[in-house]
Amino acid sequence: MGIDIYKINPEFRDIMPREIIELEENATWSFKMDKPRGIKQLPQTKELLEEHSLCAGCPEAAALRYVLAALPKPEDTIIVNSTGCTSLMFPHIALHTVHSLFGNQNAVASGIKRVLNWRFPDTVKDVVVLAGDGATVDIGLDYTLQSFFRQENITTICFDNEVYANTGGQESGMTPKGQVFKMAPLGKKFEKVKMWELAKTSGCHYSINMTASAPKAVAKAVREAILVAREIGPTYLNIYTPCILEIGLSANEGLGEMKDQDKDRFASYKYVSPEAEAFLKQCKKEGRI
Amino acid sequence: MSTIKDMTATKNWSGQTLVTADHMLFEAPRTKHFMTGSEVLKEAVKRCTVDASVSYPITPQSEAAHLIGELWAEGYVGVYFRGENEFGVMSEVAGCAMAGARVITTTSGPGTLRAMENFPQWSGTRIPCQLILMARGINSPLTIQPDNLEVSFMLETGCMIWYAENVQELFDMTIAAFIVAEKPDVHVPIITVVDGFFVSHTRESVMLPEDDIALFPYEPYKAPLPPIDSEMPPGRFLRDPFVMKSNYISYATHASWQWEVRSAVERSRPYAKHFLNGLAHITGTKDAEIAFITCGTAAHQAKEAERELMKLGVKTKVIKLRTIRPFPKEELLEALEGVKYAFVPEFNVVGWLDKEVRTALYGNSKTDIVGGPRVAGGMSLPAEAIIKEVMEKINPTKGA
Repeated sequence: MGIDIYKINPEFRDIMPREIIELEENATWSFKMDKPRGIKQLPQTKELLEEHSLCAGCPEAAALRYVLAALPKPEDTIIVNSTGCTSLMFPHIALHTVHSLFGNQNAVASGIKRVLNWRFPDTVKDVVVLAGDGATVDIGLDYTLQSFFRQENITTICFDNEVYANTGGQESGMTPKGQVFKMAPLGKKFEKVKMWELAKTSGCHYSINMTASAPKAVAKAVREAILVAREIGPTYLNIYTPCILEIGLSANEGLGEMKDQDKDRFASYKYVSPEAEAFLKQCKKEGRI
Repeated sequence: MSTIKDMTATKNWSGQTLVTADHMLFEAPRTKHFMTGSEVLKEAVKRCTVDASVSYPITPQSEAAHLIGELWAEGYVGVYFRGENEFGVMSEVAGCAMAGARVITTTSGPGTLRAMENFPQWSGTRIPCQLILMARGINSPLTIQPDNLEVSFMLETGCMIWYAENVQELFDMTIAAFIVAEKPDVHVPIITVVDGFFVSHTRESVMLPEDDIALFPYEPYKAPLPPIDSEMPPGRFLRDPFVMKSNYISYATHASWQWEVRSAVERSRPYAKHFLNGLAHITGTKDAEIAFITCGTAAHQAKEAERELMKLGVKTKVIKLRTIRPFPKEELLEALEGVKYAFVPEFNVVGWLDKEVRTALYGNSKTDIVGGPRVAGGMSLPAEAIIKEVMEKINPTKGA
């Protein structure tokens, strides 16, 4: 099964880098845990993110650590990515991951999930999409929404930094109205897309808009979203991870910005379908979340 | 619905006996049937133990895609659904293949162009999926008619390209294509082309093996890249692997990766030769000084012209290219020995096959390449048009 691929061949053990050995010995794989994985274990255990090549203080890096720490079954989780700042982190994730094209992440994930269901009918394999707002809401909107319409059993996480950051700070559909960015030199002319509401009307059983200011809240949302996707249908998380570079903040100001936005554009929004609600109640009873 | 758990060492999930491609293509007894290209594709897929297919409607490939759906409903294909558009479909195909499936899909003309970004992605991520391209014209102006201009856009995608002339070849090539594409030292996508309508919609007699046999399943753990299924080391694996790991090594790795994709296409030659009985088929008069270099339906028309010209006392031969990628350069040069004039009849305005031929022959052959005749947008290519071209060339004062 999935966990076997992290076992080191004894013949090579002495030449293995320390971080690979630690993955085998000290990561929080689900089979080792008697309760759900979460951010509590972060300080004592080996993380699934080795390092990252984002800007110093980037909230996206923190959010990714929370996401990885909360995956219910990382040893059987595939993460599908798209082009953008998030793709800078993907080579450092200790899982099977995919970067394909810009915007097709939900289509690729649909194919992967359906085939894994076909090939491994007795094993739960979670498929999670993790991409930025440009990939999710602009260039990939069709594929994002269509995967919701088709009721694909995948979780879509959008790291919403409200800008095309990796290409140098251009306006995106998720940029708030009036904001001056490149390609919007007079300020954005239309409202931020309410993707979390689109997700709900498009068939998601669980849709959240939040910031990454509270690690535990992010972890809880990730756990719930993945379990609902596994059993019921598509789920969506819209998580504010500000681009401190493009909005002129320092490396230590990301958290403050997220906290400010907890009360504004990212005031908590949570939709859970009745089916998902009943299922999550059951999960809680069983100690799965 | 079938489940993969129904598969045994000797039978696939739909109860068909597993056989090798050699047995399927060369040894199994065959009986005669009468069917269209779309219908024969269903028969081919039925015998290929296909894990997954994703579909989208566009004329003229829709019927072929419906029929693969029927195979799914009948339990022969594991996963099948309609995607949102061709860009989505080809991405879904990529996902299916990366997760370890044998996958097939079909498209035509504008659909091919809509999906374009995916084809180099397919070859770059080394998936052995199969696309059946039922060629039609591309916009604008709008046309749904047969025309193979779209193939020219596929030439440098890093995918293998085979071209079937008729219903029988479509059947045999589709089966062989999976096996060649899945060879661990090849392992790149394969595009099997037929001319839309002329093959997809034309009923012909075709010899088929029984449908109680099927190919052994795809073996994803023999692939040159691990399937994305969390079942094969290394645990830390990003597909594609070079995404910004370091901008300082990425130039070199990207370049060598691209070369390797092209080399993989080249390495398919011996396998293709075996299953296709050579990369080029030659008919007509062996020592003729006039040759037609063709592929697909144009080869059929050239053969008719060859027979008619023979009646007029003009000896010709037809060199039918069965693969376009890899391009059968050696076979072509050999077939052109002693040939004075080569004509390249084509179903498109740009003459992409003519350009391919000129590139391969430059500095290597004394043959005078006469491009054409060319038709497009649904025009037919009657033997008379080809004959006229020849007569005007060899007998310029008298004309045709």
